[in-house]
Amino acid sequence: MNKLENLIVKCKEYAFDLDFNRAKQWKVESEDRVLVGYMPIYFPREILHAVGAMGVGIFGGGDRKQIIKGDAYYQSYICHIPRSIIELALDKHMEHLDGFIFPSICDVIRNLSGIFKQLNVGKFVKYMDFPQNFLPEVGGKFYQDEMKHVLKYIKELNGVELITENLNHSIELYNKNRRLIEDIYNVRQEFPWRMSIEDVYHVVRAGTVIPVEEHNEILEEICAIINEDIGTPMDKIKVVVSGAFCEQPSIGLIKAIEEAGCYVVDDDYMLGSRMILSDIDSISDNPLETISNAYINHSQYSSSIYDVHNPKEYRLAKIAKERGADGVIFASASFCDPSLLDAPIFQNAFDKLGLRYIAFQYSENINQYKVIKEQVGTFSDSIKLWED
Amino acid sequence: MKKYYLGIDLGSTTSKAVIINEKDEIIGRGITNTRANYKVAADIAREEATYDARFTLLTQRMQEEIDSKPEFKKYMQDIRSVFQYRQFKRRMDSLRKMLLQTVDSFSYDNKEDVKQALIKILNVIEPQIRNEFVNEDLGSKNQFFRDIVSERYNHEVEKAEKLVFEPLMLAFDKSITPVENEMVQYNFKELVDESMNVLEEKYKGLVDEPEHKDREDWYYAELNAVKSNYKNVESTLREHIDEIADEDIHIANMIGTGYGRALLPFPEDCIKSEILCHAFGAHAVFPNTRTVLDIGGQDTKAIQVDSHGLVTSFHMNDRCAAGCGRYLGYIADEFGISLNELGPEALEADKEATICSTCTVFAGAEVKELLHNGEKRPNILAGLHKAIVQRAMSLIARSGGVRNEFTFTGGVARNQAVLKYVKQMVTDSYGDLTMNIHTDSIFMGALGGAMFARRNIEVDLPSKK
Amino acid sequence: MSKEAQKERSMVLQKEMIAGLFNDLANAKELGKKVCYTFIPGNLSELIRTFDMLPVYPEINALQSAMRKKSASYIKEAEKNAHSEDVCTYVKCDVGMMMKGNIGPTGQKIPEPDVLLLSYTGCFTFLKWFETLKREYPNAKVIMVHTPYQENAEMTPEMIEYMVKQFTEEVIPQFEEVTGIKYDEEKLKKHLELAKEAEDWITKIFDTTKQKPSPIDAYFAGVYYIGPINIGFRGTKKAVEYYKELYSEIQERIRLGLGPITPEGEMKEEKYRLVVEGPPNWTSFREFWKIFYDIGAVIVASSYTKVGGVYDMGWRHDPSRPIESLAEYCMNCYTNLNIPQRIDLLSKCIEDYDADGYVTNSIKSCNSFSAGQLGMMREIEDRLEIPVGFIESDLVDPRYFSYSNIKNRLESFFQMLEQRKAMETVNNK
Repeated sequence: MNKLENLIVKCKEYAFDLDFNRAKQWKVESEDRVLVGYMPIYFPREILHAVGAMGVGIFGGGDRKQIIKGDAYYQSYICHIPRSIIELALDKHMEHLDGFIFPSICDVIRNLSGIFKQLNVGKFVKYMDFPQNFLPEVGGKFYQDEMKHVLKYIKELNGVELITENLNHSIELYNKNRRLIEDIYNVRQEFPWRMSIEDVYHVVRAGTVIPVEEHNEILEEICAIINEDIGTPMDKIKVVVSGAFCEQPSIGLIKAIEEAGCYVVDDDYMLGSRMILSDIDSISDNPLETISNAYINHSQYSSSIYDVHNPKEYRLAKIAKERGADGVIFASASFCDPSLLDAPIFQNAFDKLGLRYIAFQYSENINQYKVIKEQVGTFSDSIKLWED
Repeated sequence: MKKYYLGIDLGSTTSKAVIINEKDEIIGRGITNTRANYKVAADIAREEATYDARFTLLTQRMQEEIDSKPEFKKYMQDIRSVFQYRQFKRRMDSLRKMLLQTVDSFSYDNKEDVKQALIKILNVIEPQIRNEFVNEDLGSKNQFFRDIVSERYNHEVEKAEKLVFEPLMLAFDKSITPVENEMVQYNFKELVDESMNVLEEKYKGLVDEPEHKDREDWYYAELNAVKSNYKNVESTLREHIDEIADEDIHIANMIGTGYGRALLPFPEDCIKSEILCHAFGAHAVFPNTRTVLDIGGQDTKAIQVDSHGLVTSFHMNDRCAAGCGRYLGYIADEFGISLNELGPEALEADKEATICSTCTVFAGAEVKELLHNGEKRPNILAGLHKAIVQRAMSLIARSGGVRNEFTFTGGVARNQAVLKYVKQMVTDSYGDLTMNIHTDSIFMGALGGAMFARRNIEVDLPSKK
Repeated sequence: MSKEAQKERSMVLQKEMIAGLFNDLANAKELGKKVCYTFIPGNLSELIRTFDMLPVYPEINALQSAMRKKSASYIKEAEKNAHSEDVCTYVKCDVGMMMKGNIGPTGQKIPEPDVLLLSYTGCFTFLKWFETLKREYPNAKVIMVHTPYQENAEMTPEMIEYMVKQFTEEVIPQFEEVTGIKYDEEKLKKHLELAKEAEDWITKIFDTTKQKPSPIDAYFAGVYYIGPINIGFRGTKKAVEYYKELYSEIQERIRLGLGPITPEGEMKEEKYRLVVEGPPNWTSFREFWKIFYDIGAVIVASSYTKVGGVYDMGWRHDPSRPIESLAEYCMNCYTNLNIPQRIDLLSKCIEDYDADGYVTNSIKSCNSFSAGQLGMMREIEDRLEIPVGFIESDLVDPRYFSYSNIKNRLESFFQMLEQRKAMETVNNK
């Protein structure tokens, strides 16, 4: 196995380790370390890092966890991810996680925070109400209050005070993390054959469950490798995948899209790791405010963020254009309100703009790709034909 | 006059009737899978139960002899089987007629060939079936008419010429349902007479069997006894038969339950929810049960009961047939086998193929793909069975989990592979507890209904038993 | 006044109120009034009235359409336009109605919005709803009011501050801009004073179910009673008058020992007292109600009647702190409470109103209510040892109301209650 393959294998293990062993390992190295599980979409992990804590991304059990207890909490018309998260909790996969953060993404995740409280999972449970008001002194202030709340919980566990220099340092590390990930996507935009989307996915997802320092090293190595001319180009179209930002498609499905004839040059699978679009100022004397402003002014759109002042359909269209994509694939988790309710908005706009797209639904434990491959393959072929 | 009580459970796939006596003992059971209207189904099930009841009464009359003389025991066992065979034969004759009629109505060029092939097949399977009833106790397996015939019919048709294959299958499909839905009139006495004749033939023709290591000693003792003494049994039997044949099985009260209960011509207070009937019936058979799982044809129920058999909470999955009996029916069709062959073949698996589709219909596509990819049939079947049980487990979890003891009822409980996975998953999720599975599990709803009928529950309570 | 006329007077008052509103809406342009679309949870009627605007509640339009059997075609229309089968049917019904000319349930056209007051309270779908409507009405002004979720069962000073700032820096200035009217805090205070009064009355009214027999049904009839305070009349004299009248009618029923009025007359015998969680089904409202009153089941408390504000614990609008009041009001709507709070509230209702059973009507298209109801049900069952029933239907999509399934499950549930009662009687002898 060559170097790239080795790195990928390591990341594969990390990404789907439902026992979060690397995080467990990190925690026991020192007494004042705290693990904080966070659900999609995004959480400013910088602040955790600054106070001796580490964010552990919880993306559900995918197709790796059989659900029995989790189904007892949800009717059939609710998406799959909360079931696997509860299953993981009740089956004690997350015993070593001290606290849980539920970002405001939809009502299902919102209510799940209440269920966690009811079941007494973790030492603290916080629903993180990201602001839908974008005035720095209004929404921004509230966001900072929310972050301070989380810091308070952590301080109760490890006594660590937030120090400006530490937070600035953490910001630097995560800035680097985001830059490196962006570099990978930038290379793939031109040369998608140098690294498959499946491998990119594993690498980025691994970063949500290991220390950022280690992840940055891995990313640097990978960037160096893929900047070389490796791999063989194939006759595939380029697409952007949108809508899969919470409940994750199975690896099989992620692969299947590329196998069916599409290079995925951008996606929102691991949106949280790429949420902030430019470096956050790391030398300010009020880094919490800086983080807040970065979220308010320089964050990516999402279906869970109020966007009337900056409509998301045009932002996606712009992304597709900048990446040189031939079309967009809307992949929504079944029953996913944010994704499905946005569909008409996106599709109506794209019809007007003449942008090509297809749409399908999946669930995290899907392992039957025939129909989707059919759809994607046809999409790919038809675009190639039109080009001709 | 002795009083009896009747419970009728009109399920979505099968209809059941149970007759009990004043001591809550089951005297007669009847079951039909006719998909005609509910009234016909209720009548057929009730008739079946009544015949069964007569038989039980007959057996009871002769209990003393049965207990003391081995030839009586064996004879009564045998005659039960043969009796069921004679019932079967009536319907089979009707089917033969219908099949020939149907083929006649065809306009295929090779009609004559088809007809000949048909007669050949019938001549093969009819004696086969007869033999299994008479000599191998097929009756005790509680199989439906359709399944008994189709299993063997299909087997023979596979061997037939290509050109007659389709017409033969088509003829069967067209003929089986009307025959299945017929209300066949039996004369009890006549049937017993016929049975006795058959048995006479059988015993006369008995050659000394070489001792087989699988058979117990008492088997040979009984066999020898009956060979020499069957004439005695016959005459004793004839003494009682006239009485029983004419005896009025007086139904003092009846309760209807199940999906179709609203359509029963019963007054309103004679209709009870199937949740309550099921729970009550299960509790009657297993007084320590606290959780009852019923996987029916079209719905699944998880019921929690207290020490009196009263329901404390329940959860139903009745909007989707995935994970219910119907699912098994589709699977059987997909695999071209009968329902009773499903379980045994699934048990041959060395691992379970993962089935992801939550939908019965889509599972079909998934199965085809798995077969195409070379997955072994038993493994796929095992995976499908496991999937059903998983869905049932989710429902149970939703209703509060499994509390000791756990009783598993419903038609699906007859499937050995389902039983295996239920046992496995209940133990995995809830630890070691007592699991009750009963051959009468499909009748528990009707039994509960009959018991409510006896208690006339408005006035009496189970606690006043 | 004769008893007959007395019975009708509250209904007459309500009808007048609502008809008046729809009339005004139809003539909004002529009257020179601005039209404000908003939601029931977090409905800021007093503030809207302070600026002399007319409120429109798309949720109400949807449910009224459903009761008039028009929702199916609206939903179909929306689904033709890329809306998924699985999303909120209120939204689809509204969008479909709009696509078909925006003719409201009374047959009058509903005017286009001048303002889309996105009161983002207790329901994520609201966000999407008005994002969608903004694309349809590009000239409308969308104003976001982000109501923070009571994630830890409390309204913290930070949450209140956040909301107050939104009011003072965004909502009020933008209202001023749209209407050309200056913000008059005294006027708002007057409305809040009246709101407080109405809230006192509504609390008294829902408390009457403590009587045995209960004189009202707090779910099926309850949704009619909360009409005025939810659709823009809270804060008006008319609403206070209505509730006073209603209360005296109910007192009369209590004096005569009467049970609740149903579409088929008075319910004769009260056999079971229930608490219901979840919205009702609107497309088969009458049929659904009938299953209950036919068997003598009365609902003594419901969570749905609290979506427009939870007054059980004594909270009221407070004119002395007008803007903070508005903030607290929004945060205090049922769907903005966290799951443990909801469980506590429902448990309190079961105990206070002496309920025999707890029923959940799980609505397919409403995740805010539905996600978590199974866990809630089991917790309540364990805590109070009370029989629980679970049925599934939908708000306004008739395809998801299966009468036979629901009847089957409810019948089994009622028979279960019956057995328990009989058991209790035996034990108490």
